[in-house]
Amino acid sequence: MRQSRAVELIVGLFVAAGLGALFMLAMKVSNLSLVAQEDTYSVTAKFQNIGGLKVRSPVTLAGVTIGRVAVIQIDSQTYEAEVRMRIESQYDYLPEDTSASIYTAGLLGEQYIALEPGGAEVYLKEGDKIFLTQSALVLEELIGQFLYSKAAGES
Amino acid sequence: MISALLRLGRWGLGTFERLGRGHLFLVRLLLGIAALLLRLPLLIVQMYSVGVLTLPIIVVSGAFVGMVLGLQGYNTLVDFGAEESLGVIVSLSLVRELGPVVSALLFAGRAGSALTAEIGLMKTTEQLSGMEMMAVDPMRRVVAPRFFAGCFSMPLLTAIFSAVGVLGGYFVGVGLLGVDEGAFWSQMQANTDWEEDILNGVIKSLVFGFVVTWIAVFEGYDTAPTSEGVARATTRTVVHSAFAVLALDFVLTALMFGVE
Repeated sequence: MRQSRAVELIVGLFVAAGLGALFMLAMKVSNLSLVAQEDTYSVTAKFQNIGGLKVRSPVTLAGVTIGRVAVIQIDSQTYEAEVRMRIESQYDYLPEDTSASIYTAGLLGEQYIALEPGGAEVYLKEGDKIFLTQSALVLEELIGQFLYSKAAGES
Repeated sequence: MISALLRLGRWGLGTFERLGRGHLFLVRLLLGIAALLLRLPLLIVQMYSVGVLTLPIIVVSGAFVGMVLGLQGYNTLVDFGAEESLGVIVSLSLVRELGPVVSALLFAGRAGSALTAEIGLMKTTEQLSGMEMMAVDPMRRVVAPRFFAGCFSMPLLTAIFSAVGVLGGYFVGVGLLGVDEGAFWSQMQANTDWEEDILNGVIKSLVFGFVVTWIAVFEGYDTAPTSEGVARATTRTVVHSAFAVLALDFVLTALMFGVE
């Protein structure tokens, strides 16, 4: 107990280092910094097939992530997948006739939604729907079509 | 035959007796938490000897574990052309499993054994009974500060271990092997969840800290008052702690990440 000042200081530094490490894990390692933005508006789009799209998959415009997929559910009337995405409020100038396509990042990467802006004067806002959609490519179908066209070409 | 049965019965009774004693001991410990708040200096000094002095081994081990993860992960991933995922592998392995478990094992070996030996020696040299003579409750004066210091230190040590490990993986992956830096961090951030992964790791470290320190102080308090008894109790602390940590780790992982 003689050097209690020094001991207290060192313990304080230790606690601070531990909390700092936790803070670094939160900010640098995890997605906490991405979750904290609540300033978004949501639009929905319907797809025939969403492939491997998941909740929290990125939504991009010209390759820049501007939002994330929030909800994926089935539309019981049309049997299509209904995807609700949350787009950051600062990107509030997407034309109404914007189209949404599902692409794959790289050969084995995750799937994401790419938005292609149209030319309308009216912009998408909270709760709007995107009507022009292109589904995910299913590899087996693609190969099947390719083989079929080869066979058709040879006969 | 009869004597074998007798021995078995004696062993069984002894085991359950110790189990009961350990839990009653824990109840007395937890009742002492209010008194401890009046004696913060005691807690601070124990935080120093239990937490701060364990830091070097935690930091060094964390760095090496992270570096090995970086190296091994890279060698596996490069075959699939997916070395950008190295950050995810390093962070998830550390935060979910290796951080809590390895720091708990190191903590048991470094701090737990010291606690047992210290308390055991106090008992052997009759310091604890001496305190009782002076109307000082050794549970509150000696055991409780050490126990809570261990409980508070363990999560902090685990966080430091994981953070240093991530930096070690970054050093090897990005610095030595040439993984793209941006991809390393962004993949890590995209796939490490704050609640799912990091908070669950913190919960694990809290549980491990509680159990390891409890075993350590109980073994010390319950030691046979001979030099051989202290040695045996110290060994038992490390063995039992390691076993408890690994078994609990499976249970907690099953609870958190689901066995579906």
